[in-house]
Amino acid sequence: MSYSKPKFKEKYSNFINGKFVEPIGGQYFDNTSPIDNTLIAKYPRSQKEDVELALDAANAAKEAWGNTSATERATLLNKVADIIEANLEEFAVVETCDNGKPIRETLNADIPLCVDHWRYFAACIRTEEGSATELDQHTLSMNIKEPLGVVAQIIPWNFPLLMLSWKLPPALVTGNCVILKPAEQTPSTATLLMEKIADVFPPGVINIVHGFGPEAGKPLASSSRVDKVAFTGETTTGQLIMQYASKNLNPVTMELGGKSPNVFFNSVMDEDDAYLDKAIEGAVLFAFNAGEVCTCPSRMLVQEDIYDAFMARVVERTNAIIQESPYDVNTMLGAQASNDQYEKIKSYLEIGKEEGAKVLAGGEAATLDGDCANGFYIKPTILEGHNKMRVFQEEIFGPVVCVTKFKDEAEAIEIANDTLYGLGAGVWTRDAHQLYQIPRAIKAGRVWVNCYHAYPAHAPFGGYKKSGFGRENHVMMLNYYRQNKNMLISYDKNKLGFF
Amino acid sequence: MNRVEITEAATKIVNQLKEQHGDLIFHQSGGCCDGSAPMIFPKGDMYLDESDILLGEVAGVNFYMNKDQFEYWKHTHLTVDVTEGRGASFSLEIPLGLRFLIHSRLLTKEEDEIMNGIKS
Repeated sequence: MSYSKPKFKEKYSNFINGKFVEPIGGQYFDNTSPIDNTLIAKYPRSQKEDVELALDAANAAKEAWGNTSATERATLLNKVADIIEANLEEFAVVETCDNGKPIRETLNADIPLCVDHWRYFAACIRTEEGSATELDQHTLSMNIKEPLGVVAQIIPWNFPLLMLSWKLPPALVTGNCVILKPAEQTPSTATLLMEKIADVFPPGVINIVHGFGPEAGKPLASSSRVDKVAFTGETTTGQLIMQYASKNLNPVTMELGGKSPNVFFNSVMDEDDAYLDKAIEGAVLFAFNAGEVCTCPSRMLVQEDIYDAFMARVVERTNAIIQESPYDVNTMLGAQASNDQYEKIKSYLEIGKEEGAKVLAGGEAATLDGDCANGFYIKPTILEGHNKMRVFQEEIFGPVVCVTKFKDEAEAIEIANDTLYGLGAGVWTRDAHQLYQIPRAIKAGRVWVNCYHAYPAHAPFGGYKKSGFGRENHVMMLNYYRQNKNMLISYDKNKLGFF
Repeated sequence: MNRVEITEAATKIVNQLKEQHGDLIFHQSGGCCDGSAPMIFPKGDMYLDESDILLGEVAGVNFYMNKDQFEYWKHTHLTVDVTEGRGASFSLEIPLGLRFLIHSRLLTKEEDEIMNGIKS
């Protein structure tokens, strides 16, 4: 079965104060599909004054929204979940068109996960309670959670609606108003969502402003009229946003890059069974979402005594990946999200080869036929080398894995931790000792044990080291969007006696 | 010799951005979505200190990289180029529908010796 490019309007608007509004300066940019490099639609090229409009709306709405009940906010989040679920196929096709990822991923992963994240945070707020402690007979310490006010959120293009669904629900459900800037490569599903839920929230509670980083992102992140900035993206922009936030003494959360190790111990090959089959798939998950994932398992570490046998199976499975039109439900690997991504990946393949990495699979761009001939495709690639090579240390953000051998547990841990990043990691073993001790020794916020690339709500996700801080997808995230009001109450009628 | 150079096409864009924004700097970014790319900012916008290494100057613009990252990059020669594309960072060329990118090659043994004092 195959889908086709959905119909779009000629141009779209920002969503500010509950309405679709054109950019004040009247400028738009062309958004294209990486599947075939054709135009999708025009989106607002917003400037500082558009951001200011959204800030006006959010600041005007924050008091009333902050005073709504948890019940009311949770009900609205559940409504959004129901709306996404009822239109799942439409969201999936638009997402595939805008990002280039295969339709089977958007239908079965991206969009269903979005639905679940909205529901999860609705449930969180209904089940949590504050705290009250009797410090002594007459003194009560009571903690009340209050919203921060207005939150700026800047999200990337690799999982457009899912990143929005990681960010918006915890901010909204805690009583904040939000201004969210989608990535300019992928503005479509955020806009589609606003069309579907335009009347769900009071005006000003959710505002979506499109545009470019230096023109719209920077005024948003540096505004003294926001109370917090949440960012997912790359390290330099992360550093800049923290710098801007520091001027306002604003809190930030950062989900930045990774270069995640996926470690295979020799016991995975003790039997040729379902578990081994799962482990091989786990190794090939580097090609999931065309490798455009912060946690892409882009460094594969394989114990030396199984290296040849295991890699033969991994190469075979990699070469069996179907790379056809992303609209085809059988396609496993789609397009890279943009031309510059495609160029960057090709440039890394060259430096990898020059540094002496051996190409075990792929190693070059892929050319597709028909409508996809002008799209941006890279063959799933396995490079064999050592951990000091640049391809082992830099995030390529493509379907490229770099594989190396290790001798024992100590060397596996040493290589796994020899990176600037600490977002994700995978450990594969049948040994009960290893499956606890190795994950504990790896410096990363998420270690998948005998699995990879699962992102369920209810399991906290976030980085160590240069991968940032903050823990999303979990009730922990609520406190990143709240103040703690401590009320210290005296029930003693007698004075202190000092004065 | 220089660790970092720039193509003619990229020089043109840098000059165009200078007219618009004044003095500029390049900073090579780390990983994730829009990362592993040279980003250009107004001079003074990004806080730089001893954790940033100055690799050289291209088109009259200083090129910096974080010290940790430089450890892995120091054996490579870099060329700043430009391509059509759409990034989501704060880099100033993005509204032009362009993106700077880096082409790398390994330093020769002689170059490595001069640059990094590595005797082979």
